[in-house]
Amino acid sequence: MSEILVVVEQNDGTVKKVTLELLTLAASLGSPSAVWLGPGYSDTAAATLTEYGADKIYVSDSGELADYVVAPKAETIAAIMADVTPGAILIASTAEGKEIAGRLAIKTTSGVITDAVAVAADFTATQSVFGGSTIVSSAVTTGTPIITVRPNSTAPQVKPGAGTRVDVAATVSDAAKGAKVTGRTVAQKGGRPELAEAAIVVSGGRGVNGAEGFGVIEALADSLGAAVGASRAATDAGWYPHQFQVGQTGKTVSPQLYIANGISGAIQHRAGMQTSKTVVVVNKDPEAPIFELADFGVVGDLFSVVPQLTEEIEKRKA
Amino acid sequence: MKIAVCVKQVPDTWAEKKLRADDSTLDREAADGVMNELDEYAVEEALRLIEAHGGEVTVVTMGPERAAETVRKALSMGADAGVHLVDDSLHGSDALATSYALAEVLAARSFDLVIFGSESTDARMSVVPAMVAERLGVPQVTFAQKVEVDGTLVKIERQTEYGYDDVEASLPAVVSVVEKINEPRYPSFKGIMAAKKKPVETLSTADAGLDAAKLGSSASWTVVSAFASRPPKAAGTVVSDEGTGGEQIVQFLTEQKFV
Ligand SMILES: Cc1cc2nc3c(=O)[nH]c(=O)nc-3n(C[C@H](O)[C@H](O)[C@H](O)COP(=O)(O)OP(=O)(O)OC[C@H]3O[C@@H](n4cnc5c(N)ncnc54)[C@H](O)[C@@H]3O)c2cc1C
Ligand SMILES: Nc1ncnc2c1ncn2[C@@H]1O[C@H](COP(=O)(O)O)[C@@H](O)[C@H]1O
Repeated sequence: MSEILVVVEQNDGTVKKVTLELLTLAASLGSPSAVWLGPGYSDTAAATLTEYGADKIYVSDSGELADYVVAPKAETIAAIMADVTPGAILIASTAEGKEIAGRLAIKTTSGVITDAVAVAADFTATQSVFGGSTIVSSAVTTGTPIITVRPNSTAPQVKPGAGTRVDVAATVSDAAKGAKVTGRTVAQKGGRPELAEAAIVVSGGRGVNGAEGFGVIEALADSLGAAVGASRAATDAGWYPHQFQVGQTGKTVSPQLYIANGISGAIQHRAGMQTSKTVVVVNKDPEAPIFELADFGVVGDLFSVVPQLTEEIEKRKA
Repeated sequence: MKIAVCVKQVPDTWAEKKLRADDSTLDREAADGVMNELDEYAVEEALRLIEAHGGEVTVVTMGPERAAETVRKALSMGADAGVHLVDDSLHGSDALATSYALAEVLAARSFDLVIFGSESTDARMSVVPAMVAERLGVPQVTFAQKVEVDGTLVKIERQTEYGYDDVEASLPAVVSVVEKINEPRYPSFKGIMAAKKKPVETLSTADAGLDAAKLGSSASWTVVSAFASRPPKAAGTVVSDEGTGGEQIVQFLTEQKFV
């Protein structure tokens, strides 16, 4: 059974949910091997990766992997590929994940498929394109399939692997050290689930009418254990931080449930949420295009509908 | 400073996009073509850098004949010259082939900075800038929400999952920009008139010295094996709030087992 490399996404040493999804997907394709790139590797991380199926864990924990943009990571994965000839490489479809995939494709003379929502046993990938209107099956015809997969495409399953650690000596070339990270600014993070990975997303748009209005959105999100999202109108106005923007130029989300409040449904917004499984809409304009996506919609003022909704959910939980 | 901006012509944002039944490529005839929205920010950023530091902006595009409109638009915004790579053999090129062609055209002209949009609205891969950097062997400073040139250095704020990183590299370098970076200008009447006289170099793949074996559908390293339209979503229930809208949503969420 060939090895399937899964590039680990982590935040401060904590393995992200999307990686567990990719390990589960990898187990259906071959023998999952996790690839850890950067500092922060720990026993806890090893235990999590093993629990979700990693038979091998390639560890390259050199600081240089985090100090320079993308190129050292692609180089290190290419070095591993030269040694193990994997069946495929799975990478999370984040902005950086896609860049790693792109560079790796050139280095290893391999085809690359981005934003897959499923991968079959023969490595045929399913993509949902043009805002979800078309379903495409694609395959890599040259080299090793390099596939970036959207978060929330697979339900992660506990299935312990062997978890054998394999150290990878990182020799980052000078050429890969061209773009140096000199500072890092982390905008405040709350205790909510991460936007791209959350099972439920509650979003607010221009209709929320100010930073204060987002209190109503956050309260609903918290009652559901959801992440908060925003339209560009709301992030541009400074009502909510930019990294919570959903859409073409923000995050792509594909949750089980998306609740859009005071959002008209411009095409750039829909591009980032159209593959949500269930969509609920609150908007006072019955003509708002977002209603075309709604499984359930209420035409009304969000400032009366949303608090009532939150209160009712809290009541049922009690 | 010599800056190149890579711009792509894409189907109009609002147009319904379809794949062609014969070869599974995007049907570019079916809709009006416009400059990829995100590339407008790339053009704008290049113009601002030139206004601050002096120099020249060349727009580079690869695409069918009518992509010349997109080159013209960039020229009317203020770019100085255009390069249009057009050849039937390019049809069906994937990101790998596109990055090969662009990198060759760029390498032959030695720019200090190459600026890209961060994503094309049709392919939505967000990989071409990183691929071009890899091929050119120059630093990649991508997803910039701010760009500064300081002597022989380029410094950017790179948008990340959680905030941004400060990144610096020496020139020449490849930049991509996000939409937050600026507000693209509209072409003025004067700009539109001036654009008509600006030089546009139209290249075939032979003119550009490209290896035909690396271009087009036959050279793509990926293949679309099947595609289908998703059945239109069944119309959902929409109710008017008569004072119980919130409760009705809870009802729905309970049926769907979310609460
Ligand atoms: C290059 C580019 C990239 C872009 N990228 C993105 C992106 O990533 N994400 C994104 O979201 N947008 C993006 N946009 C912007 C997009 O085109 C829209 O402008 C934006 O999505 C509109 O946000 P909105 O729906 O919140 O605002 P509006 O379109 O103004 O809609 C507000 C809605 O709120 C409703 N409303 C108002 N008050 C209430 C109330 N009290 N109760 C209930 N409903 C109310 C109104 O009926 C209206 O439908 C991009 C645009 C460009 C050009
Ligand atoms: N055919 C093309 N001609 C010129 N530039 C392109 C072309 N395709 C992609 N690009 C550039 O690469 C960026 C990212 O595109 P993509 O990787 O397809 O999402 C775009 O915003 C353009 O700047």
